[in-house]
Amino acid sequence: MDFRLSQDQTDLVRGVRELLAGRFGRDALRASVDSGALDRGLWKELGDAGFFALRLPEADGGVGLGLPEAVLVLEEAGRALLPGPLVATQRAAGTVPGAAEGLAVVTEVSSEGLIPWRDAADVVLGPAEGAVPMRSVDPLTPLHRVSGTLPAARPETVLLTAAEQVGTAAWCTDAAVAHARRREQFGRPIGAFQAVKHLCAGMLVRTELARAAVHAAAVTGDAAEIAGAKLLADDAAVANARDCLQVHGGMGFTWEADVHLHLKRAWVRAALVLPGARAAEEVAAAL
Amino acid sequence: MDLSYTGEEEEFRARLREWLAAELPGLPPRPDPLDWPGRRAYDCGWQRRLHDAGYGHVHWDASPTRRLIFLEETERAGAPYVGANFVGLLHAGPTIAAEGTEEQRARWLGPVLRGDEVWCQGFSEPDAGSDLAGLRTRAVRDGDAYVVTGQKIWTSHAEVADWCELLVRTDPEAPRHRGISWLALPMDAPGVTVRPLRTLAGSAEFAELFLDEVRVPVGNRVGEENDGWRVTMVTLSFERGTAFVGEVVACRRLLGELARAARENGRWDDPALRRRLGGLAAGFQALWRLIQRNVSEAQATGGVPGVGGSVFKLHYSHARQELYDAAAEVLGPDALDLGREWNLDRLSSLSYTIAAGTSQIQRNIVAERILGLPKGR
Ligand SMILES: Cc1cc2nc3c(=O)[nH]c(=O)nc-3n(C[C@H](O)[C@H](O)[C@H](O)COP(=O)(O)OP(=O)(O)OC[C@H]3O[C@@H](n4cnc5c(N)ncnc54)[C@H](O)[C@@H]3O)c2cc1C
Repeated sequence: MDFRLSQDQTDLVRGVRELLAGRFGRDALRASVDSGALDRGLWKELGDAGFFALRLPEADGGVGLGLPEAVLVLEEAGRALLPGPLVATQRAAGTVPGAAEGLAVVTEVSSEGLIPWRDAADVVLGPAEGAVPMRSVDPLTPLHRVSGTLPAARPETVLLTAAEQVGTAAWCTDAAVAHARRREQFGRPIGAFQAVKHLCAGMLVRTELARAAVHAAAVTGDAAEIAGAKLLADDAAVANARDCLQVHGGMGFTWEADVHLHLKRAWVRAALVLPGARAAEEVAAAL
Repeated sequence: MDLSYTGEEEEFRARLREWLAAELPGLPPRPDPLDWPGRRAYDCGWQRRLHDAGYGHVHWDASPTRRLIFLEETERAGAPYVGANFVGLLHAGPTIAAEGTEEQRARWLGPVLRGDEVWCQGFSEPDAGSDLAGLRTRAVRDGDAYVVTGQKIWTSHAEVADWCELLVRTDPEAPRHRGISWLALPMDAPGVTVRPLRTLAGSAEFAELFLDEVRVPVGNRVGEENDGWRVTMVTLSFERGTAFVGEVVACRRLLGELARAARENGRWDDPALRRRLGGLAAGFQALWRLIQRNVSEAQATGGVPGVGGSVFKLHYSHARQELYDAAAEVLGPDALDLGREWNLDRLSSLSYTIAAGTSQIQRNIVAERILGLPKGR
């Protein structure tokens, strides 16, 4: 047993983080928020880097990696707030032409009747007839809603969404800690106050717990373990975003600070597939 | 991210399982929790059996992964845990092994491994709890002995201990952390008085220790004079990620029992209860994975799990308290009956966020040592 990341996995994480920092740094993120559009050039570059073909077998022109690697990559995407139907397009690689290469944007109807990025997508998987637009809470995830018979949540989709949540949880921890060290009040950094310090410690605990759960679920592929990982990851992302906002004070309530973007995305991912009550029921059913 | 065990590890597990299956039926009945001499005899008898079967040192020599397997399997089989041997096996013993002289190791380690001698831990004082370095029990050198005077408190199973690992102040002038020494105190020495303290669970798990001019031979000092703080800290992380393995296994089993009981008594129909149990199950599953990660790190680095310990304990101690609250919900009015299972455990669990570093202190550690936030009050 060695539950640490392998050298290859560590390199993969570093590579993806560097790619996203270079290609989708803070300026690009804010430009996307302002335009509200999906950057097809970036989508293609992600395709070229193997982002969508990650789990496609090498024989089919893919990268040939497994669910654990996909989880690591999606965690980085979550940390960077990379927009677009990433999980659906990755799923479509190998079946929908152009998906693997980043030439096609593929979205899907979620088990909860939500369709992210419908208008930007080339292909919508699932029963999308009669979809009505919503005024999405997340400026970087346009949403449609459908009712009727909905597809069951696929465990892999649930897990990869949970991985994105871990990315948000980790980003929020880092951002809160950085702010707490920099910002001074009463003549010292606010991070010297226990009330602030303990919020940050709690954020790290939630992140580490959720990350261990997501990584293990990627290794075992067990449905109940995946449901549990989603439950913990949703909680880590949402609670950490709120605490991060609190640590930022008035600045945290502004449009200018990025923390609201993480909170809103975390809400979207939490509601998109296997939301809390359902996940908890699924874990309980396995007891 | 590999969760599989090697062939050798699986073999170790299989042999242990076989041994447990043969050995456990021959164990005497568990003693009453209020019967301390009985508990000592039971715990020491179990350690003796482990020793004779070649598992006596498993806490000391085995790789972190084997220790994980050992603790997992013994708990699964319903075998006893270390009990009264906790300090001897998991703290004082390893401290002596790491810092003691040849002679000291020869004198003290064998009896711990054979279950012949029991140790307790005399660190906390009435005025030095979380702030342990403020301890004031004095030891004054007089020839070949220290004369020790002071008071210790919360000393677990002091009543049945033969030895106490004692932190004393040998230099009151030095900076706080540099005037402390580590002594092995014989509990039957003249001037030692033990006064049991009754816990909120009704039993006497710990005691006050009064020390009135107790003479402790200088040869009982482990490590250099005034170096006791470092000597103690060396072994605080000794468990290398495996602390609480058995407890997490036990909690996961309890969740299964709660689900069964709730299905039988109809409370399972309440979605709020089901979801509560589901949420707890997700948390304990993740704690198990966190243990596997911490053990993997300890195994690879040969050292301290570092990040893992405090992060783990923070979530675990609170989750376990919530688990017993959920048990109370399953029991309904029977939660008020101490004759029913789980209810005494619920009371005991109230100590988990206090003992071995309170949750507030753990959060300070996480924030300052892991996240690098500034020190402050
Ligand atoms: C069941 C049990 C068994 C024990 N067994 C032993 C044993 O065998 N040997 C031994 O030596 N000791 C033992 N202890 C003692 C234990 O280590 C101490 O209780 C613990 O370290 C806390 O110290 P205290 O009780 O003095 O509380 P205090 O330190 O007085 O703390 C009281 C409250 O103040 C908070 N607090 C204190 N300092 C800070 C700070 N800097 N920042 C924020 N909050 C703070 C604490 O979190 C706590 O909530 C045992 C305790 C228990 C409950």
